[in-house]
Amino acid sequence: MARPKKVLVLGSGGLRIGQAGEFDYSGSQALKAMREEGIETVLVNPNIATIQTSEGMADRLYLLPVDHDTVARVIERERPDGILLGFGGQTGLNVGVELNDSGVLKRFKVEVLGTPIESIKDTEDRERFVKRLDEIDVKTARSKACTTVKQASAAAERIGFPVMVRSAYALGGMGSGVARNARELNSIAKAALATAPQVLVEEFLEGWKEVEYEVVRDSYDNCITVCNMENLDPMGIHTGESIVVAPSQTLTNDEYHMLREVAIRTVRHLGIVGECNIQYGLDPFSNDYRVIEVNARLSRSSALASKATGYPLAAVAAHLAVGASLASIPNTVTGSTVAFFEPALDYVVVKVPRWDLERFRWVDTCIGSQMKSVGEVMAIGRTFEEALQKALRMIGTGMNGLVLNRFEFEDLDAELASPTERRVFAVAEALSDGLTIDEVHDRTYIDRWFLHRIAAIGAMRKELTGRKKGTPWPDVLKRAKRLGFSDLQIALATGSTQAKVRSLRKKYGILPVIKQIDTLAAEYPATTNYLYMTYSGTDHDVEPRAGAAMVLGGGSYRIGSSVEFDWCCVNAVRTARACGYLTIMVNCNPETVSTDYDICDRLYFEELSLERVLDIYEFELPEGVIVSMGGQEPNTLAPMLHKKGVRILGTSPVDIDRAEDRNKFSSLLDRLEIDQPQWTEASSIREAAVFADRVGFPVMIRPSYVLSGAAMAVVWDRESLDAYLTRATDVNPETPVVVSKFIENAKEVEFDGVASNGEILLYAIGEHVENAGVHSGDATVVIPPQRLYVETTRRIKQSARKIVSALDITGPFNIQFIAQENRLKVIECNLRASRTFPFASKVLRKNFIDIATKAILGEPVSRVEGSALDLDLVGVKAAQFSFSRLKGADPTMGVAMASTGEVACFGHDMEEALLSALRSVGLKMNGKTVLISTGPIETKRAFLPALTKMKEMGYRFYATSGTARFMRRNGFDTETLRWPLDGGKPNSIEHISNGKIGMVINIPKNNEEEELSNDYLIRRAAIDNEVPLFTNLRLTERLIEALQVHDFDELPVKEWSEY
Amino acid sequence: MTAKGGSMAGHLVLEDGTVFEGSVFGAPGTSDGEVVFNTGMVGYPETLTDPSYRGEILTLTYPLIGNYGVPSFTDAKERFESDDIHVRGLIVSDYIAATDHWEAASSLGNWLADEDVVGLTGVDTRALTMRLRSEGTMLGRIVMGKSAGRSHARDVIDPNSTHLVGEVTSKEVKVHKGTGPHIILVDCGSKRSILTALLERGCKVTTVPCEHPFSEMDADGFMVSNGPGDPTKCDPTIDELRKVMKRKDTVPVSGICLGTQIMALAAGGRTYKLPFGHRSQNQPCHLIGTDSYVITSQNHGFAVHKDLPRGWQVWYRNLNDGSVEGIRHRTKPFSSVQFHPEARPGPTDSSGFFDSFLEVVRDG
Repeated sequence: MARPKKVLVLGSGGLRIGQAGEFDYSGSQALKAMREEGIETVLVNPNIATIQTSEGMADRLYLLPVDHDTVARVIERERPDGILLGFGGQTGLNVGVELNDSGVLKRFKVEVLGTPIESIKDTEDRERFVKRLDEIDVKTARSKACTTVKQASAAAERIGFPVMVRSAYALGGMGSGVARNARELNSIAKAALATAPQVLVEEFLEGWKEVEYEVVRDSYDNCITVCNMENLDPMGIHTGESIVVAPSQTLTNDEYHMLREVAIRTVRHLGIVGECNIQYGLDPFSNDYRVIEVNARLSRSSALASKATGYPLAAVAAHLAVGASLASIPNTVTGSTVAFFEPALDYVVVKVPRWDLERFRWVDTCIGSQMKSVGEVMAIGRTFEEALQKALRMIGTGMNGLVLNRFEFEDLDAELASPTERRVFAVAEALSDGLTIDEVHDRTYIDRWFLHRIAAIGAMRKELTGRKKGTPWPDVLKRAKRLGFSDLQIALATGSTQAKVRSLRKKYGILPVIKQIDTLAAEYPATTNYLYMTYSGTDHDVEPRAGAAMVLGGGSYRIGSSVEFDWCCVNAVRTARACGYLTIMVNCNPETVSTDYDICDRLYFEELSLERVLDIYEFELPEGVIVSMGGQEPNTLAPMLHKKGVRILGTSPVDIDRAEDRNKFSSLLDRLEIDQPQWTEASSIREAAVFADRVGFPVMIRPSYVLSGAAMAVVWDRESLDAYLTRATDVNPETPVVVSKFIENAKEVEFDGVASNGEILLYAIGEHVENAGVHSGDATVVIPPQRLYVETTRRIKQSARKIVSALDITGPFNIQFIAQENRLKVIECNLRASRTFPFASKVLRKNFIDIATKAILGEPVSRVEGSALDLDLVGVKAAQFSFSRLKGADPTMGVAMASTGEVACFGHDMEEALLSALRSVGLKMNGKTVLISTGPIETKRAFLPALTKMKEMGYRFYATSGTARFMRRNGFDTETLRWPLDGGKPNSIEHISNGKIGMVINIPKNNEEEELSNDYLIRRAAIDNEVPLFTNLRLTERLIEALQVHDFDELPVKEWSEY
Repeated sequence: MTAKGGSMAGHLVLEDGTVFEGSVFGAPGTSDGEVVFNTGMVGYPETLTDPSYRGEILTLTYPLIGNYGVPSFTDAKERFESDDIHVRGLIVSDYIAATDHWEAASSLGNWLADEDVVGLTGVDTRALTMRLRSEGTMLGRIVMGKSAGRSHARDVIDPNSTHLVGEVTSKEVKVHKGTGPHIILVDCGSKRSILTALLERGCKVTTVPCEHPFSEMDADGFMVSNGPGDPTKCDPTIDELRKVMKRKDTVPVSGICLGTQIMALAAGGRTYKLPFGHRSQNQPCHLIGTDSYVITSQNHGFAVHKDLPRGWQVWYRNLNDGSVEGIRHRTKPFSSVQFHPEARPGPTDSSGFFDSFLEVVRDG
């Protein structure tokens, strides 16, 4: 193999369920590795919020969709001689295979580096896979590849129910499920075959252990397994949905090494070069096993394994792809050994997924063989109990640990029978409730080993609760801490307070110790700065290094807080380092770049809790803590840390509180004579109603504690106000709701800025395409604004200046405005970096975080001159939704955020950028047929100009009854399709599922619908059949305008420096 | 179950006076030995019964130990590398008294109790390991109760000063039937898996005690086993092996672990004590002169010096510290590895060692 000079790296696009931040980590490492190898890189990835799309990572960057046609055009322009397919998730892999099959790679002489295409196909095509493994006597699950539902039924009958149905070439187990009878098989197979050409019906290994190995092989046939992992949840629950433990806990030497040997034999036979993951089912009663699948690429598991072991899998895989040998790559953790070795762990790692299902109406909340989680955390401890409880706190859903949480189960039996995201809590509860280990095992198949550990936590809770009065004694306290109990948990159990427990245990000298992750279990001295804390130990591995700058990360990725904040954290650390500070990073998310230990001087892979941050602070005694980079989670800690005497760097916590506390902020705005929507805090339905009557409907409601349903809602009349407040939340003096006037037909504007001592240094104004009412995380945002009056912009700047000065801001901030004509209102102000910081930084080519960090550290910074309005380019940010993964969820946009990621593209005009961005989030143009239902009469009327444009472009119109009548009356030739619930033909649903509709435009009625409606069914059908769906009037209008100006299939392909 | 309050306190004291507190499981009692650590994450039944651990107080660096219990000796003899536990004490961070695994017949603690071996849990094994790594392997003593100030372990007798191999070698010659080549296995404390590896490949195996006059025995090949302690204490074995290697009929000779050191000494080479030994399942070794590397299981405190006598060459080298992991004669069919190709515990990647040895035996 000739060594390549220029390599194309494919990214994975916007974060979505099944393909998230882990590929920023892997892609960034690949780019770094190529740089070390002296190889030029070209990256295609529209994910603006990633580290890999930052300056200084790739030599050439295309913020463009990762699809066959676009990448083919990039190849034609750039002429790379090699391509890396394993670093951009399933998207990157699939596009690579397509480029190979279409002959593009051959035509332009691009060599696939690392694992060859044929090996990839061996792993992706189930029938080939089984055949290849048969050749070396490796067992796979009995299975049959089927292309029709009929074939699938026959296969299931032969294999015997229950069977697992999986679709080929799918990310995160999409379209798969367990069928226990013919009826279930029918529906799963049908759904899966709608999106994939082939499904696999295979024997379902119910109750078998699920184990995986991460394997690395170089082109000299040297092969190692870096890590193995065991799922707490046995077969049947997707590994992305499982609690995962590394290393395996319940495997003997023979089992461990039998599977390891099979892994190596398989990987050698398949000819993998680089990294791959192999998943097994292991019989809990014998040495029998099945290989479930091999992923011939970096994956979520490999990111986890990297962080769990300290072995940089992605970087190593990249070096191997260009011909390096494992023995030639240094082990950067020890600094004295090389990459050919297998890490020995002297700690236990637990990964827990993070779900956000409660945000979605009508979503199926059960977890199973399809992935629904949106993020994950990883905890490290020296007992399993410690790691588990840490992890459960880290997920950021307000859990105190495994026990002593504030929810109860209504029906434990049901919970055990059909697991939801609260399964592990239900198991703990069941064991405390008197069910035996065996009884719980019989219902869940969770290995008794794990159940014993869970029971041990429950037993400790009882021990603590039993001794409410009197001082808790050092011994029990010590044991509780070893089992991962937080000070708060201990306080709750003993009727004390967190602060009292903390001072008590400090008095007894019960403190966590700091241990290093060194890949070799202390066998060799290590220079590693990768740290965690545990109560199972007496000695610290490191000495404090005073004077550092400590940055708090964002924790688990979730809807509303994702890779964009990791970008901010990484940049903050880089700047602090460049300014000569020692840096300490605290974070617990294995999918991030901020937890790469070479980013900072010390990495604490730890909880972002008051208790743990104080533990670290008191040990290290840093110069101060930066809380404004990791999103809301660290920001929320600021006032509490401040109260404990922690020095917060940047804007004072007192001022943070003045912005966060609604009453204080409101009176500040009044004093500054800045307008805001009227609002009140209501502690009863009546109070809310009185307010709504006074200001007029619609009003927006934000509960302070959410039971179920969406966090926020807009209600349009008294009836829905009552309904919402009864259904979704408790409203009483303890948990009041904030009710504010909802302004209709207003524009929403983002003001992102950086200030120093109350003076703005740099800012960007982002205009929402959608009207106010769509959460800013879901909105399509344009920089610079295209449709704002100059006067509005001027007033925005004026208001921002006043607020920044009044709050004496030092660091990043974000203010959200709504504008009607030139009338401005402030709706929110965050004294931290916002979601749009990477986007703004990359459009303006000014690193907002770099400047913010310097301001925070008191380094000299001067005002950045120049206005965003002078830019020659337009940047458009579009939201990436994951509705196709969330069975049943209503795919609409509202005041509560629903998207899981974002992309941004540039253009010389708004239209170009918009189309590229929409294409990047998966928009496809399949013929000019459109099904329209446009809701109320005002929307119908407003949409007429757009309809005219579509008519000019030759669209064929279908519409539901009312819309069709209206359209015909206005001169549009329209075919009526019946509503789903009406039945009758021609039916809208049928047309969608038969592929007769190329696009669905469904503008929902104003009100949040309480019942399953016709509109919902149409929207859902569009998602389930992969038909592009538009639900927002403004966005649809802009799309149609753009399609008139540009050819969707011939969008300009430009490197970002060309803009 | 994680060690609970109320269980008996105990502690380990090192020869330099360092104390590590913990609580006792297994059989309570005082125990002296050389304190070593092993970084393997699985395989404690195999490890504890490996005769090479004779005289050692073993620290396992993986914190959760006992997870899958211990199988029944009668039903699953192959899970035990010999009939007895050889360590003098076991030190862990979090002892788990589990018996849930399908193969488990007893908990680790009960097994230790039955075999009269003391265990200590709740110890900061990482701190202990770091101490042993930086100061070198030390002698130590497990003592019951909390430490009461100035204790030390200076009077512990170094097991390496005794002839440990003599304690673990078999007492008599034993013949194991087979249809293939006849191999003499010189038992210096051989792991069961070495015998199994030979028998599985069809060999007829005669195991002989280490001081048996085996040099004149009729055989197609010799294999010198692993074993505990200092190889220089094995003079009779070294002498016999020297005679074997001088035989006119040039019988192929091989060795594993201690066997390698004995072979080196028999050939006129030197051995030395490693600062803290190699005891783990993840030792990378380089096959000299190739692009080939192998992950190996290891357990040795002594090693062969890289300056080999004339006619000999280094075969494998440790990738981490460069130490000798295998030697071979340039012309004669004598070769030996420092690591454990028979695995158990550990990776099976180097099992081809037996095949290539038997190829040589058959060709010879």
